[in-house]
Amino acid sequence: MAETAIEMIGVNKWFGDFHVLKDINLRVGQGERVVVCGPSGSGKSTVVRCINRLEAHQQGTIRVDGIELTDDPSSVAAIRADVGMVFQQFNLFPHLTVLQNLSLGPMKARGLGRVEAEARAREYLERVRIPEQADKRPAQLSGGQQQRVAIARSLCMEPKVLLFDEPTSALDPEMISEVLDVMVELAEEGMTMVVVTHEMGFARKVADQMVFMDEGEIVETGPPAQFFEAPKSRRCQKFLSQILSH
Amino acid sequence: MRNLILFLSLLLLSGCASSSTWGWYVIDPTKPNGWINIKFLVSGMGATIAISLIAAAISIFLGLVVALPGLAERWYLRAFNRIYVELIRSIPLLPMLFWVFYGLPIIFKSMGLNIPIEPFWGAIITLAISDSAFTAEIYRAGIQSIAKGQTEAAQTIGLNYVQTMRYVIMPQAIRRILPPLANQFIYIVKMSAFASVIGMQELTRRANELVVTEYRPLELYSLLILEYLVLVLIISAGVRWLERRMGSDERG
Repeated sequence: MAETAIEMIGVNKWFGDFHVLKDINLRVGQGERVVVCGPSGSGKSTVVRCINRLEAHQQGTIRVDGIELTDDPSSVAAIRADVGMVFQQFNLFPHLTVLQNLSLGPMKARGLGRVEAEARAREYLERVRIPEQADKRPAQLSGGQQQRVAIARSLCMEPKVLLFDEPTSALDPEMISEVLDVMVELAEEGMTMVVVTHEMGFARKVADQMVFMDEGEIVETGPPAQFFEAPKSRRCQKFLSQILSH
Repeated sequence: MRNLILFLSLLLLSGCASSSTWGWYVIDPTKPNGWINIKFLVSGMGATIAISLIAAAISIFLGLVVALPGLAERWYLRAFNRIYVELIRSIPLLPMLFWVFYGLPIIFKSMGLNIPIEPFWGAIITLAISDSAFTAEIYRAGIQSIAKGQTEAAQTIGLNYVQTMRYVIMPQAIRRILPPLANQFIYIVKMSAFASVIGMQELTRRANELVVTEYRPLELYSLLILEYLVLVLIISAGVRWLERRMGSDERG
């Protein structure tokens, strides 16, 4: 088995009285692709957001690349340096051009010079197939293009792990595939990925491990073949029949 | 609008004609004495501008320093922000001016410090502190209006707090902060008139002093109002130019 990239052991989290994450145990190996699915409100986004400390967990252990995530700001900074994230709402910086969106992190957080940072930015724009949009503002791009810029922005930080929080949920249907294509390519290149998504076709194609969550718990995990053909739990069967019925 | 201007012009002109009620001669530039009076009145402009500019500059800085803890997660930082804002904005300007000008030197003295507070700095300190509670709220509202996802995205590409504020949040927030901040600046210019009561030789003080010797309050205070009007119109024009440059006038 590959070396461990992400490890969550007995993770619990509450929002006030609400128990959002209940005893989450999850291991993601290096180069592994994990797809997390489940009904809305099941805590799947929260799991992903705990991995790079956008949310703080209250119990249990989270390790990324051997570094334990604690209240210590240096551990948070160290983990964020290794973990990129792509959001449902893209969260591009609207006041900056595409190129500036991409070069900001490398320049300010990594101390790269402008020339080097912009060369890297153009390289990744090429990878997501929109090099010609470099000088536009995010608002001038389509949703699919914006999300690809957001993926390129994460890649510019050269992360070891990429987290995707429902990356296609805010997109018009005709733009979903251009984003998924880029994600499939990343998977084929061996990027470690944790993807929260309802795109089951994508999951079948790239996932090494499926995780089904409901009401804050991991209900079922397994390789996609087994997960889609013979889900064990009733909740998982019900969920799959609902989203795969059309 | 046109009728109003016509009416006011007629009113003023009628005053010029019948000198029993109006005495425009006190500020008639064609008369030697009138010209001297005008120069005396307008010479307060420098102090009014200086007090307003320095106080606004301090307030713009202080407001940010007070606003940022208000957006923090730690409760005691937020508590500091709330207490400062609620306390400072509940103190009327005039009592605060008296407190700073007459009271503060006593505190200094009890601490063994001999720091005299001149009217100039007394006015600036008071205006700046008093205004900072409002600028702090303007900053807080402006920063909070920027979607949380922007901060999160900045964090995930490794930016620290200061970098996130400087490169991501403030450049977006400033477009929303600028118009209300300009409003505050105009407010400071007008409130600087209170400095006259502690002996600061600014526009209002000058007018008061002339009123005492010339005994023509209507004409002199009319000119005083006009002086503030001109000042504020100039500021408004400047702000409008700045807003256009920063894109604050655009929607969305």
